[in-house]
Amino acid sequence: MNATVHSRRYAAGDRVALLQIAPISRATLALFAGASNDHNPMHIDLDVARAAGMDDVFAQGMLPMAYLGRVLTNAFGLRSLREFGVRFAAITHVRDRLECTAEVLSVADHAAGQRLDLKLTVINPRGEAVLIGDAVVEIELQQVNT
Amino acid sequence: MVDISQIGYRHPPHSVDVERGKLLFFARTIGETHPMCVDEEAARAAGLPGLAAPPTYAFSLELDQPKPFAVLEALGVRLDRILHGTQRFIYHAPICAGDRITLQTVVEDIYEKKGGAMGFIVMRTTATNQHGEIAVEMTKTVVVRQSRSGQRGVK
Repeated sequence: MNATVHSRRYAAGDRVALLQIAPISRATLALFAGASNDHNPMHIDLDVARAAGMDDVFAQGMLPMAYLGRVLTNAFGLRSLREFGVRFAAITHVRDRLECTAEVLSVADHAAGQRLDLKLTVINPRGEAVLIGDAVVEIELQQVNT
Repeated sequence: MVDISQIGYRHPPHSVDVERGKLLFFARTIGETHPMCVDEEAARAAGLPGLAAPPTYAFSLELDQPKPFAVLEALGVRLDRILHGTQRFIYHAPICAGDRITLQTVVEDIYEKKGGAMGFIVMRTTATNQHGEIAVEMTKTVVVRQSRSGQRGVK
């Protein structure tokens, strides 16, 4: 398996990534509805959202999870990912600016590399956690033929 | 309330073709730039048969059917009362353009909290490719808000 090869060793407590997302727009919600096959009108149709008692449309929960996925593929590569889970803790509103972070919780030696347990968060501008998650990645540390 | 006798319910599987254009659209929408997800040559150089799906795309394959909430409907859940509580992916093999993925969902658990005000349905979905390999396993918790006057479940 061609995992991304890493030149650095990680240690518990390392902050490995920070991703700042541009403010969520209605256009993004519409595009993500189509791209993700989540056609729930609560996220794209203001009339439906208001009829349900909401002030406005709000983001699909899988949108910030997809952003967190970017943090993982960017930092560790696609093929290193073993497990990735989140709890949806708060709604993301239109114009919210999200900040995604990943931190190493623990490290174990694994084959030619390391197995990392990661803590993931997505925070909104009010300082609330939108998503709280975790992931397991296995990275290779030595140069191999890729 | 959600009927706990439905624990173990196995929904009929559905199959979906993983399309290159839809993968690119998804990657572009979320800003995914990993070469295996956006550059066919890079994907092939890495030994993949085509563009790879980003980490959360298996959930979108699950939704890619005429009745995406058929499992919940089979359980008698009102769709205007549900919230996505948790989502987890376990990765075994990449999902790539050209794959045909079969999704099979089983209801693993059903329970209540807050004196029945909230119901929880835990579902596990396996995504199996055309070679019979499980590519991704997904577990999700769906929260069902029970109707009570003066209560607003969504914050």
